[in-house]
Amino acid sequence: MGYVAVKGGTDAIHNSQQLVEFYRLKDATTPLDIKQIRSQMRMAVDKVMGEGGVYAPEYAAIALKQAEGEVFEAAFILRAFRATLQRKYYSETINTREMFVKRKISASFREIPGGQILGPTRDYTQRILDTTKAFEDQEAIQKFLTEFTKGIKTDNLAEITTFAKVIDLLKNEGLLKPIDPSEDRILKDITREAIKFPAPRSARLQMLARAETGGLMALGYASMRGFGSVHPTVGELRYGTVQVKVKDATGRSRYIGKIEVTEAETISTGKRVKKKVPPYYTIGYGLCFGQNDTKVICMGILDTAMRTPDVNSPANDQEFVLYHTEGIESMGFVNHLKLPHYVTFQSGLKNTRAAIERSAEKPTEQVQSPQLQTV
Amino acid sequence: MVENIKYANKYNFAFIDEATKKEIRRKLLKAVAIPGYQVPYSSPEMPIARGWGTGGLHVTLAVIGRKDIFKIIDQGSDASVNACNLREFVHQMTNVQTTYDTAEATLIQTRHRITEEELTEDQIFVYQVPQPEPLRSVERYENRTRQMHGEADYAKMWVSLYESFVRDGDIMLGAGYPVKVNKRYIMAPSPIPKWDVPNLNQSKALHLFGAGREKRLYAVPPYTTVEPLEFEDIKFHTENFAGTECYKTGYKKAFLDELYFDDGSKHFIINDSNFLDKLEGKASPKQHENKYINQLES
Repeated sequence: MGYVAVKGGTDAIHNSQQLVEFYRLKDATTPLDIKQIRSQMRMAVDKVMGEGGVYAPEYAAIALKQAEGEVFEAAFILRAFRATLQRKYYSETINTREMFVKRKISASFREIPGGQILGPTRDYTQRILDTTKAFEDQEAIQKFLTEFTKGIKTDNLAEITTFAKVIDLLKNEGLLKPIDPSEDRILKDITREAIKFPAPRSARLQMLARAETGGLMALGYASMRGFGSVHPTVGELRYGTVQVKVKDATGRSRYIGKIEVTEAETISTGKRVKKKVPPYYTIGYGLCFGQNDTKVICMGILDTAMRTPDVNSPANDQEFVLYHTEGIESMGFVNHLKLPHYVTFQSGLKNTRAAIERSAEKPTEQVQSPQLQTV
Repeated sequence: MVENIKYANKYNFAFIDEATKKEIRRKLLKAVAIPGYQVPYSSPEMPIARGWGTGGLHVTLAVIGRKDIFKIIDQGSDASVNACNLREFVHQMTNVQTTYDTAEATLIQTRHRITEEELTEDQIFVYQVPQPEPLRSVERYENRTRQMHGEADYAKMWVSLYESFVRDGDIMLGAGYPVKVNKRYIMAPSPIPKWDVPNLNQSKALHLFGAGREKRLYAVPPYTTVEPLEFEDIKFHTENFAGTECYKTGYKKAFLDELYFDDGSKHFIINDSNFLDKLEGKASPKQHENKYINQLES
């Protein structure tokens, strides 16, 4: 075997994998139950499903366990798993007007059809470390659940219903720009072909839906802070369950199950071209798996920003946004810097040394400063 | 086909499902038909991280057959960690025979080297490409670089080479030196050292390039003209190892790695591990020939 700088490849990898497993289990604590992760780490599961691009809470929980809670890594595992699945159907467009709403709020109007429903949100919790969680036991959980169910007036339950959407109010008032026939209606499946620029909106939204929340937040926030000009109002944000349907071979619509999604419509003022043209509002759209307000709001901001290209603000730049918010690709490439690069480096080194030779001035010798010498 | 039994997945031969493999092969055919042109493709996620060789894997897994003999190198070595990892993955998913021997392999995947040993007409050489766009350094936008390729508008590239010369007295491009393929497309040969670039020209083997993260495939078919970019009066040259030799074999006409020993002394060694093994074993593997290597003293 020739000279190998990175010795004992196979053994080293094997040992390292053993160590990973050892670090996960070394304290011999009670094994994490997948059901527990699914139910008590709901937000992490949602995030992993969204970035992994596959709706499978159970598999997302397994991935989280396998990755010791590292969300990027878990999403990556799920994304790779998803790539092995056969694509049998495209679902019909989900109808969020028929969502079983668990939470819906609007910032643009005080009253909206059906009222503001906070649902489960941490928005108004005080972020005070609750040390009693350290002593939580089955008894405490049961006690809470009993109390909670007692509070539900079973004889006075509201009818299950759907709610009109805030954008419909705007639409009916003629405040939205009618859909331009020139607006692209092309449906691209970004998992089956590479994105090309300028990308159709369908591709942009898909990329954003799988993008990493933190990356979307950085760019969305930048746009609000002055590195861009999108500072929208949340027209509506809703979270709940929607039905998924597919058409079978005979063309019949079949219900295949429910998924949880969060959806946001953000309202911005459109650019006026002329004084004679009346002003209008534009809608930025965001939708992702599970509950993730931050993500859908930032999707809305970036959706709007990307429709008006502007080289001076990164959020308005399609290629900048879409390539660099893709968490799984970013993580892979950033970490590849740990791979050996000695051949590549040697090639540059030869150039640099030759250039030093050619340059009239030789690099000056580093002389220690007097202060350092006295230390 | 892929069977998905809960908790017990049986993966398809070569991991990727047949429909996607077919898609990749169609795109590869297009790439071969238009040498040097970057063909967009689906680039499905792999269980290997982006930037760690997914593009090379896609190509390998799409073209590999049960009778193939597979070799994979990373920075010239069969035994470095990433090569071991990918070799194991390919072997697990296909059960094909693997080898370190360049001559024995029918399918060779590489990260940033062409083997010193000459390739044959029966071999396919697959590159892992981090950045398929040679013009990226002069134009950040993909839709503009595609247009530039379409119109063969390479003025910006030439200007940048000229500026490099004016600034530094030489074209300071190292690994991944841009080439012109079949007199038409400028192509990034992936970060192989300049030493390897001439060996793409009129090569007997088929060269396939996969850039997973950037979702592009491209190819250099056998016996295709591949020329490094150079001016009439400022010529391309390979890395100069004059005055050094492999400390184990005394060989001078190969790409050498610099080693620093514990006592601080510097030595050189042949980078291509299989080539070194063969020389040490007193074999005489047939090396690539080109006008640059032919000028060197043995």
